[in-house]
Amino acid sequence: MTDVFIVGIGIHPFGRTDSLTGLQQGEFAVRAALADANLSWSDMQIAYGGSDAAGKADTLVAQLGQTTLPFVNVLNGCATGGAALFGAYSAIRSGEFDLGIAMGFDKHPRGAFDPRPADWGLPEWYGETGLMVTTQFFAAKLRRYMDLYGITPLTLARVAEKAYHNGSLAPHAWRRTTMNVDAILGSQMLNDPLTKFMFCSPAEGGVALILSSEKKARELGRTRTRIKAVSLRTRPRASFEVFAPYLDLERGGSVSTIASRAAFETAGIGPQEIDVAQLQDTESGAEIMHMAENGFCVDGDQEQWLAEGRTRLDGALPINTDGGCLACGEPIGASGLRQVYENVIQLRGAGGARQVARKVRNAYSHVYGAPGVSAVVILQC
Amino acid sequence: MVFPLPDDIESFEPVELPSRGTLWSYTVQRFPPKSPPYRGAEPFEPFALGYVELPGALIVESRLTEVNFDALRLGLPMELTTAALRTDPDGCVVLSYAFRPARDTGA
Repeated sequence: MTDVFIVGIGIHPFGRTDSLTGLQQGEFAVRAALADANLSWSDMQIAYGGSDAAGKADTLVAQLGQTTLPFVNVLNGCATGGAALFGAYSAIRSGEFDLGIAMGFDKHPRGAFDPRPADWGLPEWYGETGLMVTTQFFAAKLRRYMDLYGITPLTLARVAEKAYHNGSLAPHAWRRTTMNVDAILGSQMLNDPLTKFMFCSPAEGGVALILSSEKKARELGRTRTRIKAVSLRTRPRASFEVFAPYLDLERGGSVSTIASRAAFETAGIGPQEIDVAQLQDTESGAEIMHMAENGFCVDGDQEQWLAEGRTRLDGALPINTDGGCLACGEPIGASGLRQVYENVIQLRGAGGARQVARKVRNAYSHVYGAPGVSAVVILQC
Repeated sequence: MVFPLPDDIESFEPVELPSRGTLWSYTVQRFPPKSPPYRGAEPFEPFALGYVELPGALIVESRLTEVNFDALRLGLPMELTTAALRTDPDGCVVLSYAFRPARDTGA
């Protein structure tokens, strides 16, 4: 078993790029990552990649070069990027390969994500009566959490305000305009307590990361960014997920908590040693709940943390330093890899105006998606 | 125990659920859901929905009816009823199960 390093990163800006397909945005990211690593496609020994709705990643060999490398397509919902990284990381860690690539991209039509009851094993009446709406799940999970732990709508707005501020400083972000808490609270109510600007939107983009064994990283002189842990987990019994017509009385745990604990155990460090974190923020409340599910604070402490600005760029634990999903949008296949890209930027000290104030040694990322999949990556320099 | 009763009834035994419970969580659907699959009344009216904890059984998702949105809160006693979903062109009124605030304690 070898340690694994990230020796190159590339991104195609998130948002809307009408002139390029999703695959082309993925190709753009791959070329950018290769250039960053000063390597060529023919150096890649294995590839893992995927998109949710924009095509098969392995077809890119036609553009990148038919070197006959093994190229594994990944399809894991919102955790597609995390699963691609998990695959490439495991392959290199095993000692079988020295250099590989994990990539993800997507391009969703406007207002995408149109689920059909039959695809989820649900009866037609579930959709007919208006319950087949993803945002209802986020709102229902959040409403209960807020009432149990004293979280206010102002705190939800502070999360979004921070996201748009950080996004305004990130060249790859989609929404680059700041917004204050009054505008966020005053925007259209979609599913109480969540307003329009507390939700992320489907988007486009691509990300690629080049992974290396320790031996090869030393040859390349690129041993700065070490992967301390990658964990990928599926939901435990009786967890609360989207499109649930019933829940067991005895409530189960959170898949994010399980993935988080596994990653911390592998890395041999705890949440208090993390200097910067990227947490799944499908909506403002998700970031709040994921702060606790990932072990960074006790349930309810988020109210004070946000009021004190502890998760801002100059805070004790900056969270979603590029604006997260709220500012970058969510191209499903690329989203989890964007978090890791941003952490590498922060570890390199290359964040420019969005570089966090504190010194970064350990960086944490967490992606979560339907129907209950989480991936956590811990990087160290 | 699962809800609703699956089509594969060979593997399941129907159980009658309690018709009263308490509100476990809730939200309000303020915008028209995508149609299809949604087939509600036109024009769209916002509606409440949530999860009702049925003691000794399970927590069931349901539309909530006959309630002021501002009156919704965790733990609110609820009871089973029906609510009109839409009227089909043939005049047939389509109903859905729903929960409303309990009108007495049932004692």
